[in-house]
This record gives sequence, C-alpha cells and structure tokens, in this order.
Amino acid sequence: MTEDNFKMSNKQEEEVSKFFAPENEKRKVETPDGEIIEINPLQDYFSDARPKVHHPNTSKVVEKFLNWARAESLWVLGFGTGCGSIEIPPLLTPRFDAFRFGVQMRPTPRQSNVIIISGYLAVKTLKRVIRSYEQMQNPKYVLALGSCTINGGMYFDSYNTINRLDYYIPVDVYVAGCMPRPEALLSGFGKLKELIKAGKGEKANEYVEKFDWYKANQKKIIQDWNMPDYNW
Amino acid sequence: MNIDFNKLFFTFLGLMIVLNWGLLMSALMRKIGARVAKRYGIPWFQPWVDLVKNYAIRSQITHGVMFYLGPVFRLSGGVGLFLFMPMVFGSDLWTNFSFKGDLILILYFQFFGMLGMALGAGEGGQPHSFIGISRGLSQFTTIEVPMTLAVIAIAVQYQTLSISDIVAAQQGGIMNWTVFTNPFATAAAMLSVLGAFGHSPFNLVKAPNEIPIGPPTEYHGTYLGVLRTNAAILHVVEAVLFMNLFFGGATTWIELIVKSFLIYFWSVFVGMVFPRFRIEQSVAWFLKIPLILGIIAIILL
Repeated sequence: MTEDNFKMSNKQEEEVSKFFAPENEKRKVETPDGEIIEINPLQDYFSDARPKVHHPNTSKVVEKFLNWARAESLWVLGFGTGCGSIEIPPLLTPRFDAFRFGVQMRPTPRQSNVIIISGYLAVKTLKRVIRSYEQMQNPKYVLALGSCTINGGMYFDSYNTINRLDYYIPVDVYVAGCMPRPEALLSGFGKLKELIKAGKGEKANEYVEKFDWYKANQKKIIQDWNMPDYNW
Repeated sequence: MNIDFNKLFFTFLGLMIVLNWGLLMSALMRKIGARVAKRYGIPWFQPWVDLVKNYAIRSQITHGVMFYLGPVFRLSGGVGLFLFMPMVFGSDLWTNFSFKGDLILILYFQFFGMLGMALGAGEGGQPHSFIGISRGLSQFTTIEVPMTLAVIAIAVQYQTLSISDIVAAQQGGIMNWTVFTNPFATAAAMLSVLGAFGHSPFNLVKAPNEIPIGPPTEYHGTYLGVLRTNAAILHVVEAVLFMNLFFGGATTWIELIVKSFLIYFWSVFVGMVFPRFRIEQSVAWFLKIPLILGIIAIILL
C-alpha cells in the first residue's frame, strides 16, 4: 500500500500543521542508543492509504444471496446529526420496532453498514461524518434523512451548514420531509433493502472511483483539514 | 496412526448441531427479551443472516498479528471446550473426545479464549477495548473462584475428574442429580454461571451504551463473524457443562436442547430483572454469596 500513500506538498503541510496540537507536530527525537529519528505522530494515529475498489462476487447467484443477507441485516451506526437524530430512538421502541426488519444499532463504525445523516449537517460535524463513513467497511450505505440533506432545507442560507450531502459522501436513499416521521424512516429502510437486493448498493465503490472529486469537495468546505486524506 | 473417521464425522456433525442450536437459542432469547419489552423482535433466522452478512463484508483491515489471532484463539477456546465435552450420555458417537481428566482441561479452556481475545483486542488500540478487557479478566477471575470450589466439591463427592463418570453417577432418577445431592455446590456454580454468560447484571464487559461494546469494538467483518460463531458454540457448551455436572446430563439430543435452553434462560431471566452492576460491585458480589456457598459445599464434604 505504501506506493499509494498520499504526499502533501510542503505548503499544504505548513497549512495543516497550524491546526495541530503541539504533541502531534512532526519532530526529531533522540533514541536511547543515540540515533536521531524523525517521527510524525499523525502517521501513527491514522492510516492514509488510498481506498480500493472491492468488486462484487463474480458469481451472480452467490452475490444475490449475499445481497439478500446484507439487506436483511442492516447495522446502523449510532450517529446523530441535527434534529433528525431524535427520530431514530423511537425506531427501537414497541411502536415502530425496526428489529422486525433486521435493522439493528451498532455503536462502532467498524461493524456498521448504514450511516444515517439525520438532518442538517454542520461543517464541523461533516468532518466527523467523513471520518466515521471512511472507517466503515465496504459495502456501506448512506441514508439521508430530511430536506436539509437534499438542498439545505430551512438552513439553505446558513453560514455553517452544507446544502447538498451528495457532494461530500455518496447517498443511497433520501427520505424527504422536515422532519420525516419514524414511519418514513422505516420506508426508507425498505427502499434501501430493495436497492441492495437489486445489486445497486455499490456506492462505497463509487466513493472510491470518484475519490478525488469527493475529496476536493470536502476540502473546499472544511477549512481546518487536520486529518489524513483517507482513514479506514 | 489410527484415525477413526466415523468418530470425526460425528464430532463435526455435533459441532454443527451445537452451532445452529446456539444461533437459534440466541434468537429465541432476544425474542423473549423483545416480548418482555412488548416488541415483536427480530425474525428467528436473524443470527444466521447476521453471520452471513459479516462473513460477506468485502474490505477488512488489521492492526497486527495478534489482532488476527484474537478471534482465532477465542474460537479455538470454544471449539476446544466442545471437543472435550461429552454431549449425549451413553452414546459412543456423541461423547466427542472426553477422557478421564477432562474436567480440569475444560476449566482451563474456559479461560483460554478470554486470554487470546485480550491480546487481540489489546492490539486494536481502541480505549474501550482496554476497559472491557480489564473488566472482563478481573470479573472472570472472581467467577472462577466459586465455580472452581463447586467443581472441586463435586469431583470429591463423585471421586472422579471425568465428566462422563459424573454424569453416570447421576443416572437413575431426578433425586440422583447433583442439584439435590449437593445443593450448595450447585447454588455456587449457578450463581457464577450468571457471570460466565455475561448477561446483565454482569454484562459490564461488553456494556452496551456505556463502553460501546468493549473488547470487539475494532472487530468487523470476518473477525466478528468468527467471534459470533464462537459465542453461539460457547453458550451451548457452557450450558451443557453445567447440565452434565449438576442436572444429570442428557441421554438424547432433545433432552440436551431442553436442559441447555433452561440453563441459559436462567441467566437471561436474571438479566431481564436486574440492571447492570459496576465492576467493583460485581467483583465484590462474586466474592460474597457464591464464594460462601462454595466454601460451605467444600466444608460439608
């Protein structure tokens, strides 16, 4: 993977280092046996290798079965942004009971397949969304909840929220409304299942293919980009 | 070297039965939990779907060699426990590879997976894993104390370290079961089994909503699939261990399934009634009542 690593230009590095905490700065350290080595703490915390496309299984029958399993077992990352996050907890209550449809909540991005962007997305939160999204494993799906993710909604002219989510991460399903009720969210899950079963849930690969375009968009809006370009 | 392929085949078949029963049992328990909360709950086949989904995740990352080996150790702990456990009493084919001193080995294997997992999850570098591991190891150490006392008590009572012999000694009527002949040892063991199964109030290792899910926080895809496979096997085999030691073993698979369900349900039932302990409360709890019961069982011999 090393040959694919991103290299920042010196000017970029200088820009970025302005936002580092002092302990994260690049520095030279003397080892116990007198050797002087250069350490870059940021490299130790994050991986910055370029993502790879993971192709579907070549056998159509196998892939269809696996897609069925993926659709029937949607593990949702417990990540709330904006007002829509209040619509997610009712899904687990007796009234809506999303467990019936194989929707389960996971607390860690490593194990989740679905991230719900639940409403307006502040620029500060976008950064966390990108990191969480990139830590999820392929295949992964994005469900955008509320009008704010489509065109900004009532925050269309706000100074610190983004207007269109699909400039920054690829979106599988939009659920329109302000706010959509949990029923709408459930029907969104239904739509997502249909897409996955039809073999159209390949947005994680699309993100990789159009990686440079997404990164350019993300960097345009996130001014203090103090993280590597891709972190698994 | 003489390889008994017939034996190997039936052992493998037994492992498959145990795995599928473990998955079905976990689904049933979650269904029961859902009904307690007045929900409909997951479909009964959800654990299989989750397993297939996890094995089908395409991309995977690693944090090092031990990160790979953690789930492998955990699985070998569970499968090892199965291999040396006589499942169905009186059957040559379903006693697996149990031998004269298997009780000692099984006590060891219970800890084996835990230690492997601690090394693997430790390399993941996620702080929640460390918290989960330190809690898990300290809690399991205290669980082992009353459990070992109970096991020693019945080993002395039956004058054997072979699980098959212990089961044989309990045959011939319900009043021959250890639960009636040695109630204190049974009580100590059944209280410590609550911790071994890791349901509330002793679920502070994984502690959902608190330290997201503890040791497996960094595990995903196939790693998680292996861990879940192991959990299914381990839950059944642990229940079978207690069934063999205290509840007269099983002479048919049906009896095994009913008894292991009830033993596992005991921990789920307690979990639905009581909220989670903190680690210092849990450790102190195991060193009070279960330990005292275990000591009484030893003294009464």
